Amino acid sequence: MIFDVKNETLPREDMERLQLRRLQALCERVYVNVPFYKKKFDEKGLKPTDIRTLEDVRLLPFTDKQDLRNHYPFGMFAVSRDQIVRIHSSSGTTGKATVVGYTKRDLETWGQLMARSFVAAGATPKDMIHNAYGYGLFTGGLGAHFGGETLGAAVVPVSGGATRRQVMLLKDFESDVICCTPSYALFLAESAAEMGIDIRKLPLRIGIFGAEPWTEEMRRDIEAKLGIKAIDIYGLSEVMGPGVAIECEDAQDGLHIQEDHFLAETIDPDSGEVLAPGQEGELVFTTLTKEGIPLLRYRTRDLTTLNTTPCRCGRTTTRMRRVTGRSDDMLIIRGVNVFPSQIESILIETEGLTPHYQLIIERHGNMDTLEVQVEVNESMFSDEIKNLQRVESKVTKNIKEFLGVTAKVKLVEPKTIARSEGKAKRIIDKRNEG
Amino acid sequence: MKVDQLSIFLENRAGRLAEVTRLLSEAGVNIRALSLADTSDFGILRLIVSDFETAKATLKENGFTVGRTSVVAVEITDKPGGLHAILSMLQEEGINVEYMYAFVTQSGDRAVLIFRFDRTDQGIELLQKNGINVISGDKLYTL
Repeated sequence: MIFDVKNETLPREDMERLQLRRLQALCERVYVNVPFYKKKFDEKGLKPTDIRTLEDVRLLPFTDKQDLRNHYPFGMFAVSRDQIVRIHSSSGTTGKATVVGYTKRDLETWGQLMARSFVAAGATPKDMIHNAYGYGLFTGGLGAHFGGETLGAAVVPVSGGATRRQVMLLKDFESDVICCTPSYALFLAESAAEMGIDIRKLPLRIGIFGAEPWTEEMRRDIEAKLGIKAIDIYGLSEVMGPGVAIECEDAQDGLHIQEDHFLAETIDPDSGEVLAPGQEGELVFTTLTKEGIPLLRYRTRDLTTLNTTPCRCGRTTTRMRRVTGRSDDMLIIRGVNVFPSQIESILIETEGLTPHYQLIIERHGNMDTLEVQVEVNESMFSDEIKNLQRVESKVTKNIKEFLGVTAKVKLVEPKTIARSEGKAKRIIDKRNEG
Repeated sequence: MKVDQLSIFLENRAGRLAEVTRLLSEAGVNIRALSLADTSDFGILRLIVSDFETAKATLKENGFTVGRTSVVAVEITDKPGGLHAILSMLQEEGINVEYMYAFVTQSGDRAVLIFRFDRTDQGIELLQKNGINVISGDKLYTL
């Protein structure tokens, strides 16, 4: 089934015409309303009217996460504050968070696109949706919630945590659809087994998984262990939130980008050159219709390839291959975005610690674990265990508080963290081994 | 009357303790007393040594994190009730023992107790006032 037949099956020429019209209007809007973009246009000697074809998007400046941080919190907004009805934010220490704002129309669009996503995944208005994405500043919870309601389904706003209770609710409410991270789905299956419940026998038939990278092997594992169809969803708060792209249940072969709202490009992350469909590169989005915080050529740092061939589901939209990597050092741990630099600032802010650290990420069972190893040094060393443990728990608490992820902090002897050519190896990600 | 104690951070893995004893042995430093406090990940080795400065410099040069702490050494007769009498005194004054360890002298009739107090100076004063034999570093190292 297709939720918005008209917009999801537009002939290519019509789609491109629509995109161009929206891109031109967007350039006019940001030039007038966002000083950051006006400056960028002026520096390039570019006027909004210079955008005559869709190809001309290449003339536009890129935007990246740092630009949002530099204009923290609301400096990139294109409307006055009274038109903003919702704020979301990525995690981060002070000044490092990226903040996004939505107008009433933005939320309506988001609801529509999430509703399209649910239908592409095979959901119907009759379904009960168990939404285990975190509610709060993170876009996952509320994004999926409003989309489910827009579709006319019933949404159970479970949010994250309390896993045994989640299993009980899945069983008692007979939910048809679940939204969560792929690793959490496997964790739920294990918890159900421990409780003596065969999760495969429940009415649950669709899982919509996102917010962290996963593999085809993991999909097969989830489908077998939960007895459901596992669908990949893509989104990021800067562009909108979940629902920017979605797999269809028919093909499960790439994620359909909601192209009438987001213009996608792939670029060479080093040179910025635009790549042809089929070539792997960094995904870049221009938000064609967003009012609150429209972005030109936002660099997602996610690596993918675009596929413009027709899909058997009937949608004509371009598909992106499942995201498999990043062009920066961002880690995704249990659905939470973590930059090593954020951990570093927490360590520096903790009395006596030096930024000699290493992050070790492992997958135990199906849960990702983060261990932060920090070298002890004379200024913080103590002859008493409790003083050292106090430092460990302080760092753990700050990481949890600022980044929203639970880490095990471990003090290690100096110089134990491997240094190659004087540069420390900061990240050891063991998740994709064996 | 304080005694210098050397504290060393050790990761909880095989061979780390032996590395400390090897370095001290090569530097000709004698260990008078020791205690090892441990957690699942790391330990703190506390030593009273014959030559504090040499021991500290040697370990530091070899990449260990070391610290100096002032502790109090007390010599008592090795008989039942000896330790209890001292702990009772401390308790009455509200002085807290962060940790302690003990060893028996070579002659076998005296015991040496090493204390780490939350208030070191008051602790020494109290013990001396009560006629307890608080011994100096120099004496301890050559016992």
